[in-house]
Amino acid sequence: MTSLMSTDYDAIRLSAQVAIAATLFSLPYGFAAAYLLTFVKFRGKVLLEVLVNLPLTLPPVVVGYFLLLLLGKNGWPGSLLSDAGIRLIFTLKAAVIASAVVGFPLLVRSLRIGMEGIDPQLIKASRTLGACWHDTLLSIILPLSFPGLLAGSSLMFARSLGEFGATIIVAGNIPGVTQTIPLAIYDYASSPTGGSTALALCLVSVAISLAVLFLHELLARRVARGE
Amino acid sequence: MQLTMMASKRFGEFTLEADFSVNGERTGVFGVSGSGKSTLVGMLAGLVEPDCGKIVLNGDCLFSSSARINLPPEQRRIAMVFQQHALFPHLDVKGNLFYGFNRCRQEHRVIDFDALVGVLELDDLLRRSVKNLSGGEKQRVALGRAILANPRLLLMDEPLSALDDTLRFQIIPYLRSVSEQFGIPYLFISHSLVEMRLMTDTVLVVEKGRITDQTGSEQLARNRMGRSSVGYINLLELHGMTERDGMCAYRWDGGELLLSATNRDTESGLFELSSKDLILFKQHPEAISARNLLRCTVAALFESGTKMGVELHCGDGKLISEIVPVAARELGISPGCTVYAACKASAFRRLSARNPSKK
Repeated sequence: MTSLMSTDYDAIRLSAQVAIAATLFSLPYGFAAAYLLTFVKFRGKVLLEVLVNLPLTLPPVVVGYFLLLLLGKNGWPGSLLSDAGIRLIFTLKAAVIASAVVGFPLLVRSLRIGMEGIDPQLIKASRTLGACWHDTLLSIILPLSFPGLLAGSSLMFARSLGEFGATIIVAGNIPGVTQTIPLAIYDYASSPTGGSTALALCLVSVAISLAVLFLHELLARRVARGE
Repeated sequence: MQLTMMASKRFGEFTLEADFSVNGERTGVFGVSGSGKSTLVGMLAGLVEPDCGKIVLNGDCLFSSSARINLPPEQRRIAMVFQQHALFPHLDVKGNLFYGFNRCRQEHRVIDFDALVGVLELDDLLRRSVKNLSGGEKQRVALGRAILANPRLLLMDEPLSALDDTLRFQIIPYLRSVSEQFGIPYLFISHSLVEMRLMTDTVLVVEKGRITDQTGSEQLARNRMGRSSVGYINLLELHGMTERDGMCAYRWDGGELLLSATNRDTESGLFELSSKDLILFKQHPEAISARNLLRCTVAALFESGTKMGVELHCGDGKLISEIVPVAARELGISPGCTVYAACKASAFRRLSARNPSKK
């Protein structure tokens, strides 16, 4: 088995970086979306629901292409950002955004399952005890949706580790800059001599995934015991 | 407490029209499940928005569709005790108790934490997780939590329904003493007539989404006697059990009563006796198998459905017996006359027991 090169270690580091950043970045938005979908009645709820879940059904390449259009120089968010001197396309930030968008539905789904499990009487009780809606949100809903938050975060983290289609389009495949593990494996697999390195990276990928899943189970059990 | 409510709410086919005005510290809302009691309570607490109308509590407008007022629940200062305790599982007992207290404005904080903990006997539970409490303990904590929010009105929405019979009558004294000692008026919601009589003075009767009657709780029980399958339930406080001839003898306001031996483990307690289980005699019967024979004076007669209710005074004790009108005529029963009331030792049913030694 060939030893890994420094760019391969970079890929491992970048993968972890992207997955952690994407998960943390999505958490507040995911929480807000799950809260809106679970507890608030409003017009256009179906629309929000469809939009949130869209990345789950769309091919990641399509998501990546739309992001490229939006964040590129010709898209309006992209042009605004470039006026401000910020360039996203083909940077690590773009990889984070791609992972965040693709993994977002998984996070929201888990959070919603957690929130739907909260007894509505608890929310009513907190209101009659003098808590306004954002107080209830922070003191009751947030702590009680912790198991869902945990499940959603680990799912999203795992999904981000495997993100390929959207990332390669919007962030490119630049070794040491935006090349994550799946992109590196893709490179090695398509070169005639890279087979063993590809396999080594695959094993690294398996190891990280197993570690995440074990941690997830462990935490989930601890939460279940605490209840 | 002065409460006026003129509000309606529609859910599909069902419409609740709450139109009443009550003044009193111990008010009941009585009705079968599905009659609209919970919706009424929800509108009062601010958890359900009425379609139209007005709700005024002690002169403060809580809701008015014409003036576009709808105070959110947290500003109404109306605390609730739910059927299922609704304790916050991520907080311990103390955290639950302080939840409302911490959110109550300084000038409204009049309830003393230690005094309340004493009344509800919660001292030993404070550090415990709410997951490890028994049903009765949970309901006591829920009650304490609501009181500590220093509400101006306490809503108790079937707070005893989830508990078994024994526990139910153990909790009632807590419910009563807490609101009395801390001076908090309450609205007690239940489908149980016995609970209504133990907990309330005035009762609003809810039927199919309408307030059909507003009456005293005792009067309500008499009105319902005629069509109730269990009759009127006499509630008797019995004390000082002694065993005699294989039975249990108790002291009662109206004299001594003999109960079956199954009550041997109860020193004193609250017992029920149905009006159907009392048989009346005009003269003293010579020999009779029923073990209790009480000499009573007829205080009043009242009609209830197809039955006649006879209010009997027996020493300081009061009993209601039911007979058919034709029997009243044949026996010549009228107010002031003396009758003998008989009932079997097995006719009494224990509601709650108090054993000083066990406590």
